[in-house]
Amino acid sequence: MAAHKDLLTFNKNGIYCSVAGVYIDPWRKVDKALITHGHSDHARSGSKSYICHKDTLPIIRHRIGKSIEARGIQYGEVFTINGVRFSFHPAGHIIGSSQIRVEYKGEVWVASGDYKIQDDGVCTPFEPIECHAFITESTFGLPIYSWKPIRETIGEMNTWWEANKSLGKPSIISAYSLGKAQNILHNIDKTIGPIYCHGAIIAMNKVLQEAGLFDCDILPVTDDVKNYGNALVLTPGSGINGPWAKRFKQASIGVASGWMNLRGARRRRGVDKGFVLSDHADWDGLNAAIKATGATKVVVTHGYQDIFTRWLCEQGYDAVSEKTLFEGEGSENAEH
Amino acid sequence: MKDFTTLFLALDSTTKTTAKVNALVSYFTKARESDILWTIALFSHKRPKRTVNTRLLREWAAELSGIPLWLFEETYHIAGDLAETIALIIPVNSEDSRKSLTQWIQEIKSLAKTEEEVKKDYILSAWNSLSGEGRFLFNKLITGGFRVGVSKKLMAKALAKHLGKEESEIAHRLMGDWTPDTVSFQELLLSEDFDQTLSKPYPFYLAYAIEGEVESLGDVKEWMAEYKWDGIRGQLIKRSGEVFVWSRGEELINAAFPEFQELLTWQLDGLVLDGEIVVWKEGALGSFQDLQKRLGRKKVSKKTLKELPATMIVYDILEYEGKDIRSLPQSERRQILDSIFNSGEIPSQLSLSEVLEARSWEDLKALRQGARAKDAEGLMLKHSNTPYQDGRKKGGWWKWKLDPYTIDAVMLYAQRGHGRRTNLYTDYTFAVWNAEGMLVPFAKAYSGLTDVEFKAVTKFVNANTLEKFGPVRSVKPELVFELAFEGITKSSRHKSGIALRFPRIHRWRKDKKASEANSLEDLESLL
Ligand SMILES: [Zn+2]
Ligand SMILES: [Zn+2]
Repeated sequence: MAAHKDLLTFNKNGIYCSVAGVYIDPWRKVDKALITHGHSDHARSGSKSYICHKDTLPIIRHRIGKSIEARGIQYGEVFTINGVRFSFHPAGHIIGSSQIRVEYKGEVWVASGDYKIQDDGVCTPFEPIECHAFITESTFGLPIYSWKPIRETIGEMNTWWEANKSLGKPSIISAYSLGKAQNILHNIDKTIGPIYCHGAIIAMNKVLQEAGLFDCDILPVTDDVKNYGNALVLTPGSGINGPWAKRFKQASIGVASGWMNLRGARRRRGVDKGFVLSDHADWDGLNAAIKATGATKVVVTHGYQDIFTRWLCEQGYDAVSEKTLFEGEGSENAEH
Repeated sequence: MKDFTTLFLALDSTTKTTAKVNALVSYFTKARESDILWTIALFSHKRPKRTVNTRLLREWAAELSGIPLWLFEETYHIAGDLAETIALIIPVNSEDSRKSLTQWIQEIKSLAKTEEEVKKDYILSAWNSLSGEGRFLFNKLITGGFRVGVSKKLMAKALAKHLGKEESEIAHRLMGDWTPDTVSFQELLLSEDFDQTLSKPYPFYLAYAIEGEVESLGDVKEWMAEYKWDGIRGQLIKRSGEVFVWSRGEELINAAFPEFQELLTWQLDGLVLDGEIVVWKEGALGSFQDLQKRLGRKKVSKKTLKELPATMIVYDILEYEGKDIRSLPQSERRQILDSIFNSGEIPSQLSLSEVLEARSWEDLKALRQGARAKDAEGLMLKHSNTPYQDGRKKGGWWKWKLDPYTIDAVMLYAQRGHGRRTNLYTDYTFAVWNAEGMLVPFAKAYSGLTDVEFKAVTKFVNANTLEKFGPVRSVKPELVFELAFEGITKSSRHKSGIALRFPRIHRWRKDKKASEANSLEDLESLL
């Protein structure tokens, strides 16, 4: 039997479409890179040209460089390279995040990038795309990961913030500057008190705001502010342990992450409060998303790929696991 | 169980002592006495006997969740905690049973002699009647291990605050092998005559390791030095013609050490001694392995008793002529001890800890260096004015241990962390070179690196895996680590022919190549 060549394959540079000569989320420098979203493990510098969703464009210009050669396109817009049809579809992960649909001679592959099923009200919600083969992430591909509705978790945050406020204690939440921060800022009860943000989040919000993608009144943390006792302070994880955080006396510290689902992870981070909030799909979400594509072949990356692959094989899928370069086995702190 | 759940969450969400004490006090104020008693018991690792084995729990949880057992096991390995894995893996519900903590425990206990089907029905319906944390805590009641950072001392502090009593009295009341089945809340905490309880031990005084230079302790003349022996800390009680031996873990170890019952014929009574239990054979100190053969036994054979007889090296006296003398200064307690050992017949199961003569810190430093030749771990320093205190307190007693042995070894296998360090490779097996130039594994160690280092090693493991065996991976023998350990003995059970005591990672020798690691011969020279 003649070996059927897969439309998308994994090589040392990234996910490769040999017919079109392009890469999806390459981790090394290539000529043409299609980018699912702006997180640093997916959008890397050094490639000659980039194509991404139009809302990802300002993000990667901010993160990789103003002068990169890059083109932004709309969801659903089809472009053809060497006879291969490409289009971007909402992944619901962060602003601009896309699944990339690749079609050649009637065969359809979809590379999911990172995705979540719940609607966070910030980015365009996930849409299942029918395909023959689906490349899925598996960051939370274990049956212990199951998310509450976002509004419930945000409700816990509101209650916690109120309680801290009544004690005059600042509330600090560690969350990614791109994705989690906007998710929280959009959903949290802004009537409780003022919201201050770390410089990295301020900078990211400015980029999004100038592109008309996100708007929220936030304040920068400065030496002029004498009392943060009623405030919510958002910072990326790096801010919490550094000298920057010292100014928030008596603060209660929370972390917003899917990993906070596990007590061990909460204790390990040594924080006061863990909020289970993720921009990735949980176990049921992954399974439902895969089913909805109608795919028979599934390529599992980015997480607990070996375990999740075995599970999918037992469910009747032709599943294989592939490793991407920039991941350990789902490090507790990383959730891009 | 709601109150208990609230308490647990409050304790679990803080590392601050005052917050923990406050959480406990507010729970004590609300909870009924039987629940309080069980809470104290659970946090002191006195859990009820396990009535359902964990294999069954795992099977039922997998079944209820509709996943294969292998997936449950893999997930459990990564999550690290069985109670939590089960609680998270079975489908979410919003039920919240109103049963009290005591009721749950009584029900679980009553499963003891029932058929597997009865147990299964009970457990499944319990899981279905609880949600989230309640389900997790129910599982903990069966599997044990409430690690919430509540020490005995902290509990005593909170109870003292709640009951308006002295902390030291509560600490003393909480001692011993009571269970909520043998004692009531009133009897344990409020009765007038608790110190009449014949077998009740005193809280052990625990020493901190000395920090910095020993000279900072001041005048050497104010300090009493003794060898620090590597045995089992024990408290020997003789009251009203009965003898009780307690371990530091507050287990009654009379059965494991029946020779101490011979003290029944000793004329002295109404005394409590503190010391180190060691094996003493043919006039010499036995190894810790010898002692381990004596531990945990319900019955000791005549042969073992003869070959590995135990002795207590006594270094303190807490009760004399029926009176609690813990508040006397160290020097006075020692005088009493000396007078006992100097007068009359001393049972052969007791020996007196030698006080080391020293005129200067230099003298003591020399004695400490010589400690290893005596099979001691180092020295103990005790201030002549210190009373015998409760628990771990700074200032009066210091342990001054010898520096550990160290050896450079090559990492051969790595295993994912269980529990706290999910997703990182944290457990390593190390090897040294044998005469044929092969690497021989000789020790496992899993602590001593920083999180950053664990991450870097994990990256190395992911990139350099040779083979996978379940959670274990063999890796290219490239990384060299310095291991520290406290002792080394011959062992026929180990491939390398040696066994280390307390091996741990001292530091990562990034400056060394695998070929520069130590040899088996180097290790054997330490024997
Ligand atoms: Zn990612
Ligand atoms: Zn991402």
